[in-house]
Amino acid sequence: MNQQQAFERRIDEALHNAQLRQNFRSAMDGIRQRRAEQFPDEAQLQALREQVQSIRSYSLQNQADLLEKLEAKLTENGIQVHWAANPEEANGIIANILKAADAKTVVKGKSMVSEETELNHYLEEQGIEVIESDLGEYIIQLAKEPPSHIVAPAIHKNRVEVAELFQNFHPELPYTENIDELTETARVILREKFAKADAGISGVNFAVAETGTLCLVENEGNGRLSTTAPELHIAITGIEKVIDKLTDIPPLLEILTKSATGQPITTYFNMISRPRQEGELDGPKAVHLVLLDNGRSRIRWDDELLDTLRCIRCGACMNHCPVYVHVGGHAYGSVYPGPIGLALEPQRLGLDKAGSLTSACSLCGACGEVCPVKIPLPKIINRLRAESVNNQEASTVSGKGALRHVSEAWIWKLWSMSYSSPALHKFISWAGTRMSSFIPNKLGAWTHYRTRPTPAKRTLHELAKSAGIAND
Amino acid sequence: MTDSRAHILNRLRHHELTPQAKAPVYQKPLGLSKAQRIKSFTEKQQAVRGEVVLLNGSWTDWMDKHFKDAHLLIGTGELGDQASDLKNAKAITHYDQPIESWKPDLFEQIDVSITTSHAGLAESGTLILKPTPQEPRLMSLVPPAHVAILDANRLYENFAELMSAEDWSEMPTNLLLISGPSKTADIEQTLAYGIHGPKRLITLIVNHD
Ligand code: SF4
Repeated sequence: MNQQQAFERRIDEALHNAQLRQNFRSAMDGIRQRRAEQFPDEAQLQALREQVQSIRSYSLQNQADLLEKLEAKLTENGIQVHWAANPEEANGIIANILKAADAKTVVKGKSMVSEETELNHYLEEQGIEVIESDLGEYIIQLAKEPPSHIVAPAIHKNRVEVAELFQNFHPELPYTENIDELTETARVILREKFAKADAGISGVNFAVAETGTLCLVENEGNGRLSTTAPELHIAITGIEKVIDKLTDIPPLLEILTKSATGQPITTYFNMISRPRQEGELDGPKAVHLVLLDNGRSRIRWDDELLDTLRCIRCGACMNHCPVYVHVGGHAYGSVYPGPIGLALEPQRLGLDKAGSLTSACSLCGACGEVCPVKIPLPKIINRLRAESVNNQEASTVSGKGALRHVSEAWIWKLWSMSYSSPALHKFISWAGTRMSSFIPNKLGAWTHYRTRPTPAKRTLHELAKSAGIAND
Repeated sequence: MTDSRAHILNRLRHHELTPQAKAPVYQKPLGLSKAQRIKSFTEKQQAVRGEVVLLNGSWTDWMDKHFKDAHLLIGTGELGDQASDLKNAKAITHYDQPIESWKPDLFEQIDVSITTSHAGLAESGTLILKPTPQEPRLMSLVPPAHVAILDANRLYENFAELMSAEDWSEMPTNLLLISGPSKTADIEQTLAYGIHGPKRLITLIVNHD
């Protein structure tokens, strides 16, 4: 099965799963509503978007310098910095740090970058126990599924499915479908893990170069526990997360939490600048930061595609995407689903591997309108879509033209020829009207849910002529 | 490892981008009086199930009245010294040992911790905590309830105002913004409180002129 067929099959499965569609529909309606309530003043929202766009653009323009500054400051603060070109290298670095510290159990805060590197799988193969501690991540870890949303990873599951999972894995605890009780169950199970874990692994939302500060945004407190309770903390993040100054944080934090979940602020904003210092009584004794490239530095080479890297992973684009709302995150089969996935994955992995994602777009433009950092998502998706079928374009994205169909390319060639030659155009339209009975009733995917269009009996030109409109 | 570092930096420098001026530092002045700040802080905390009390007497009296028979955790600073006034506590633990020597007790025995706070933010209903050796990081995180004492004169409008009012060039080991008790919406987008951090967050506001 090629990537396009595999993608279509996943979409088909999702569309026939009524429960899944119901779960997404109701969740997305709620999130969109709450986000809108946080931005009552359109002018203020636009000013804030301009502000954060400028902050993120600045950090991309000066990325190499800022990363060096970040590294120097973190090192001065006692945090060890590691650079990884690809997922294998990042996983190897983390496994080595854990082994050197003889760490056997790890509690993990939410990190999409670690999904990119498939870190859990790698560490488990090395005999290290990894426990996802974010409630949503914990649920899907039990279900052995990837996240279906970058902010709310278990959004595709309802309470009954969660109750059954908990019951399977913890038959000693009473069965309940009550959300407060399920939450309490998870608290009890995971608290013991936090108390005993040898190490904590987390992602990073913003890394401030000026002060050498790692910032984590969360509601649950599992991120704080993972980065405070064990003796060792390893953070992993993409190289694009660096920002220049501490004063960049307030607008970024405000627009991130409002866009992501419709909250004025999250419960916790955790700013980590050092490991445990002399005289301090808790906190990890060693802190590491792994900076992952994994294709990001190449994205930067294209002045238009570069905007993709401004992303602060709020998830608003998927919450507002009509395709995402219908098919859910798993149908994409990629780490990042929804519009940001359409824009990022083909660039990260190549159009030959992920180019078919770009077809999951109705060109409605909603994602571009809500994106807090003003990434022109529709433009980027449209361009990648063109490049995935057109091998002529000069592009930095690999695998261009991978989805080109010879027959489709010929149809478009004929179409463009017919519009540059009046005689050919006349002939084709004449043939189309007179030989319509030769057009098959089944026209691929188009006629799965629609009837075949029937051409008129006479061409527009002929009709015009007979109506007395002389000049064609 | 060093190879990847050089490789990544080279790739980033391979394509120089036209530098653009950065927007000026974000400010969002709201013009709130002290009373309005207290009101906004209180409302925002209450909206996420945070409890806010305007303290009339001493914090120890308040604790004696509201946390009878509880196992208290307190630091070794000024609050730690005042803890000798407490009459109704079941037990009082002072956080004076490295966590390694008593981690299971912290997770299992303590009912409520009491800390100071560095400042508060009115617009978002946020406490700023700067843990110290006297008041370590886990105090505001592990116990099921956390009581934070906040000086009303330390209420800023928002994060931007606080940052411009203070020198933040040297950051402490850990600095926290806390806006309510721990919560999650990971099951059906339904809010549930007390998933990992404190189930209750109580701010005692001290308002002297
Ligand atoms: S692309 Fe924009 S809207 Fe989508 S996750 Fe990133 S920042 Fe949010």
